[in-house]
Amino acid sequence: MRRWSQLFAATVFSASLAFGPAIAQPRDTLVVGLQQEPTSLDPTADATASIDTIMSGNVFETLTTSTERGEVKPLLAKSWDVTPDGKAYTFHLNEGVKFTDGEALDSSVVKFAFDRAMAPDSVNPSKGIFSAISAIETPDPLTVVIRLKEPDAYFLNSMTMGDAAIVHPKTAAGNKTNPVGTGVYKLKQWSKGDRVVLERNPAHRDAARAALREVTFRVMPDPTAATAALMSGDVDAFPTIPAPETVEQFRKDPRFKVVVGTTEGEVILALNNGKKPFNDLRVRQAISYALNRQDIIDGAQAGLATPIGSHFPPHNPAYVDLTGRYPHDVAKAKALLKEAGYANGLEVSLQAIPFPYARRSAEIIAQQLGEAGINVKLINVEFPFWLAEVYKKKNYDMTIIAHTAPRDLGNYANGPEYFYGYDSPKFREMFADFRRTVDPAEQKKKLGDLQRFIADEAVHGFLFQLPQVGVYKADLKGYWTNAPELLMPLIDIAWVK
Amino acid sequence: MSDWLARAVRHRSFMIGGILTFVLLALAFVSLFWTPNNPYRLNIRMRLKPPSLDYLLGTDAFGRDVVSQLMVGAQNSIVVGVIAVAIGLSLGVSLGLIGAARRGWLEELIMRFSDFTLAFPAVLSAILLTAIFGPGSLNSIVAIGIYNIPVFARLSRAAGNSIWARDFVTASRACGKGAFRITIEHVLPNIVPIIVVQATIQFAIAILAEAALSYLGLGTQPPTPSWGRMLNEAQTHVFTTPSLAIYPGLAIAFSVLGLNLLGDGLRDLIDPKLARQR
Amino acid sequence: MSLFLAKRFATLIGTLLFTSIVIFIVLEILPGDPALLILGIDAQPGQLEVLRQQLGLNDPAWTRYWHWVGGLLTGDFGISYAYKVPVWELIGERLQLTIPLAFISMALTAFLALVLGVYAAANHNKTGDVAIMATSQVGISIPSFWFAILLILLFAVHLGWVSAGGFPGWGAGLVPALASLILPAISLAIVQAAILARITRSSVLEVMREDFVRTARAKGVSKRAVLWGHVLRNAMIPVITVMGVQFGNLIAGTIVIEQVFTLPGLGRLMFQAINQRDLELIKNVVMLLAVFVVTINFIVDMLYVVIDPRLKVHDV
Repeated sequence: MRRWSQLFAATVFSASLAFGPAIAQPRDTLVVGLQQEPTSLDPTADATASIDTIMSGNVFETLTTSTERGEVKPLLAKSWDVTPDGKAYTFHLNEGVKFTDGEALDSSVVKFAFDRAMAPDSVNPSKGIFSAISAIETPDPLTVVIRLKEPDAYFLNSMTMGDAAIVHPKTAAGNKTNPVGTGVYKLKQWSKGDRVVLERNPAHRDAARAALREVTFRVMPDPTAATAALMSGDVDAFPTIPAPETVEQFRKDPRFKVVVGTTEGEVILALNNGKKPFNDLRVRQAISYALNRQDIIDGAQAGLATPIGSHFPPHNPAYVDLTGRYPHDVAKAKALLKEAGYANGLEVSLQAIPFPYARRSAEIIAQQLGEAGINVKLINVEFPFWLAEVYKKKNYDMTIIAHTAPRDLGNYANGPEYFYGYDSPKFREMFADFRRTVDPAEQKKKLGDLQRFIADEAVHGFLFQLPQVGVYKADLKGYWTNAPELLMPLIDIAWVK
Repeated sequence: MSDWLARAVRHRSFMIGGILTFVLLALAFVSLFWTPNNPYRLNIRMRLKPPSLDYLLGTDAFGRDVVSQLMVGAQNSIVVGVIAVAIGLSLGVSLGLIGAARRGWLEELIMRFSDFTLAFPAVLSAILLTAIFGPGSLNSIVAIGIYNIPVFARLSRAAGNSIWARDFVTASRACGKGAFRITIEHVLPNIVPIIVVQATIQFAIAILAEAALSYLGLGTQPPTPSWGRMLNEAQTHVFTTPSLAIYPGLAIAFSVLGLNLLGDGLRDLIDPKLARQR
Repeated sequence: MSLFLAKRFATLIGTLLFTSIVIFIVLEILPGDPALLILGIDAQPGQLEVLRQQLGLNDPAWTRYWHWVGGLLTGDFGISYAYKVPVWELIGERLQLTIPLAFISMALTAFLALVLGVYAAANHNKTGDVAIMATSQVGISIPSFWFAILLILLFAVHLGWVSAGGFPGWGAGLVPALASLILPAISLAIVQAAILARITRSSVLEVMREDFVRTARAKGVSKRAVLWGHVLRNAMIPVITVMGVQFGNLIAGTIVIEQVFTLPGLGRLMFQAINQRDLELIKNVVMLLAVFVVTINFIVDMLYVVIDPRLKVHDV
C-alpha cells in the first residue's frame, strides 16, 4: 500500500513539474538552528554534543537506537537475543545494508568498528562503554555475538550512542571531514563554523519514510541572532534554544510551538568532598538546606527547569523525587553550620564556567548561601581553565556543572581521584551490584536506592535538570520533546500538509 | 581669565559636554553614598518588573533595580576610562616625542614596538590576557591601556616630526637649543591640541572597549555592576524587554558623547589660534 | 630612498620574528590541556596520554617552535586540533568572509569620512559642518555591537529586509552573500567613519591655518584649488596614521561583530579557537593578524614618504 501511495505521490510530483507552479510542491527542506558548533563530523572521535545531534542515527547508524522515552529499539540490528546470565548478546543485522560509498555492511565491519573504538590508541570519547566487552564473534555475515566480562545493565543503551556508530575500515579515518555512513541521510556540504547540510540517501532501506529531502543545520551560538533567525524565518526549528528567557515571545506567536522537555543534564553545585569543610556531612547538608531551587530556576532558567533532589533525570522510569529531602530552610542550615563548628560563618569560593546556566545560578547561589552565613567568593573561569584546575587538579571549593552524559550515576563510584573527591565504599559496592543486575524490575529498585543514598549523603547541591527548550514552526511534527540520548532522528520529522 | 570663562560659557559643545560629564560624575559620586535600591541585591520574585515608583526604570532578570545599577556602573566606566587613557597617554606621548626628537635606531625601535603592540588589537590582547590570568576588570583595563600606548606614540611621533621639520625649530636648533628643550618648548605645545582630541577619542574607545569586553564576558565580573555587562545580560531579553538593553546603551552613548564634546570644547578654548578664527 | 626601504623591510622581518616568539611563549603559559578539551569530562585515564602523543604535545618546546616557524616558511600551517583539518584550509575559508568584510567597511569608512570631513572643514561653522559634527559625535558614542543589535531588530526582525545573521557563502551568489555582509559592515564602519571624519576635518582646518595657505589665497588662487591642491595633501598625514590604527580596530571589531551576526569569519574562528584551546589554530591566526597589521603599517610609512617629501630629506 505504501508503495502505491508513493508511486502516486511521484506522479503528482512530476505532474507539478510539468504544469509549472500551479500545484504547490510539498515542503521537504528544513533548517535547524544549533547552539554548538560541530568541531568534526565523526561522533566516534570527539565529545562535542552537536556532532551526535547532527550525525548519529542520521548519517551514522548504531546497532540499536533509542526511543524518545529512552527505550532501546532496533536500527542496524533488526533483533537481538540475550543469554539469561546477561553475558552474551547476539545481534541479527539487517540484510543488504550499504554505506553511501557502496561498501556493504556485514558482521566483520561491526567487529572492526568496535575493535577500533576499544584499541589502545583509540580516542573515542566514551571509551568506557566498551570496557565490559571481552570478545566479539562473527559466526556469519549477519550475526554478531558480543561477550561481556560480566553483566552490564547499561549495555544495550550504550550501544545507541553515536560513539558506538558502525564505521567502515576503508573510510573510518576520513569520517572527521568526509563522513561515510549507512544512514538515511548523507553529507552534502559542511562550511565550518556556519552550517552542515545533509541530504536524503535514496539507497537507504527506509528512504521512503524520510519526508525531508534536505536538512540544514546552522550554528548560532548567540541567543539574539538565534531568536532573530527564528522570527525572520531563516530557521525552522531550534531544538535547544540558547537562552530559555527568549521563548516567551514565541509562546504568544501562532507561527511557533514551544516545547519544554528534559535532557540527561543534571545541574549540580559540586562540592569538593575531599577537603575541608565539605568532608563534613553537616556542612554539605547545611548547603542543601540553604538552597532555594525554585528561585534558582526562576532566575537562571526563566522558570523552565525541573528541580532535582539527586543525580537522576526525571523522565527516566526509575526516577525518585527527592527534592523534599532537604527543603529550603535557612534556620536549619545555620544550626547545622554551628554544630559543625562554623558558628561565625564560613568563607568558600565558587567557580563558574561561561555557560549561562552556570554563571546565573552562581550569582543566585552566592546570595542564598550568604543568607545562611556562608560567604561565597564568585570566580568566573573559562572552560579550559576549569578542566585543568577544577576537573583535573581538584583545585576548587565549589563549582557548578551540568553532567550531560546519560547514565552517569557511576561518577559517584569513581573514588577520591575524581573531581568530586567523594569516596564511599558503600556506594561503590551498591553500584557494582546494580551493574551486574539483569532483571529490569530489580534494576529499577536498585537505581532508586542509589539515588536515595547520594541524596542522604548530600554529596552535592542538586539543583535542576537542564531543560530542552525547543522552538519549532507550528506545522512541523515528529520531533523529540525530551532528549534521553544525544539524538535528533530526522527520519520522523515532517511538515504537516 | 574672565575672558576665557566668557568664551567657555558661550561655547555650545563645551557646555553640553560639560553638563553631560558633570551628570556622569555626579551620578557616580552620589552612588558612593546612596542609590534608590541596593544594586547588588537579587530578588528573583521581582524579576523583569516594568517601571514603578520603587523601581524607576524597572528591574532586571535577577530582580535588581536598573537605576541603582546604572548609577554604580558609572563609577566603573570612569575608572576604566581614566586608567586606560592615563597608561596610554603618559607612556605613548613620551615614547612618541623621544622618537621624534632622536630619530635613528631609537625611533625605529619605538615604532617597531608600536607596530608590535598594535598587531594585537585590544579585544585580542584582552582575550589572551584573560585566558592566562582569568577574566576580570583589571586585566581588561590593562589590555586597553597597553593598546593606547602605540596609538599615542605613533600620533605624537608623526605630529612631532612635522613640527621638527618646521623653520622655527630649525632656527632654535641653530641657536643651540637641545633636543629636550625644543621638545618641551616647541614640539609638545604644538601637538597638544591633536593629542587632546585623540585623548577624548581614546577615552571614548576605552569605555566602549570595556563595554565590548564585558559584553563578551571578559571584562568586569559580577557582582560589580557595569554597563557592558548589563548589555550582555539584557541581550537575551531584547525581544521581550528591550528597555533593559536600551538604558545601558544610552548611558554609554551619553557619557561618551559628553566626554567627546567636552574634549572638543577644551581644544577650541586652549588653542587661541582657532578661537580667534571663530 | 632605497636604503630607507631596505632598512624598513629588515625591521619588518625582525618585528614578525619577535611577534612569533611572543605568541609562542604566551600560548605555552596558557592554562588548559587541548587533549582534555577534545575528549571531555567522560574521558578514560589512558586516552589522554594517547591523544597527547598523537597531537605532538609531549615534544619539547623549542622543537615545537622550530617545527611551527619552519612550517610557516614552507607553507605548512599544521593541523587544527579541534577540526582535524589543515589550519590553512580553515583560515582560507574564513578569510573569504573577513577580507571582503574588512574591505567593505574600510572603504565605507574612508568614503564617508573623507567626504564628510572635507565638506565640514570647507564649510567651517556653517550648518552642514555643525550637523556633520553632531552626527559624528553620536556615531563615536554608540557601542558598535549595541548598534548591531538595534540594526538586527529593525532590518531583520521588524522589516525582514535582510537575514538576521549567518553567511550563505559566495557559492550562493554575489547578491545574497553581499546582502548578509551589509549590516555587519555598517556596524563596523559607523564608529570608525565618525572618528576618521573628525580627524580629517580637524587636520584640514589645521593646515588651512598655515601661512602657505594664506599666501596662496593672497596670491589669488581659488579656495577650491587651495583645498584640493595644497591643503588635502598636507592634511593626509594624521588621517593616514589614524587609518592604519583603524585597520587594527576593524579587525578587533570583527571578533565582536562576527559574534553578534554569527558570521563564520576569522574573528569568530579565533574566539572559538581560544575557547577550544586549539593551539595550532590560535598561533597561526594571531600570527596572520600580526602580519596584516605590520604590513599595513609598513605601507602607511611608505605613504608618508610619498606624501611628505620633507621626511625623505630627513632620512637620507
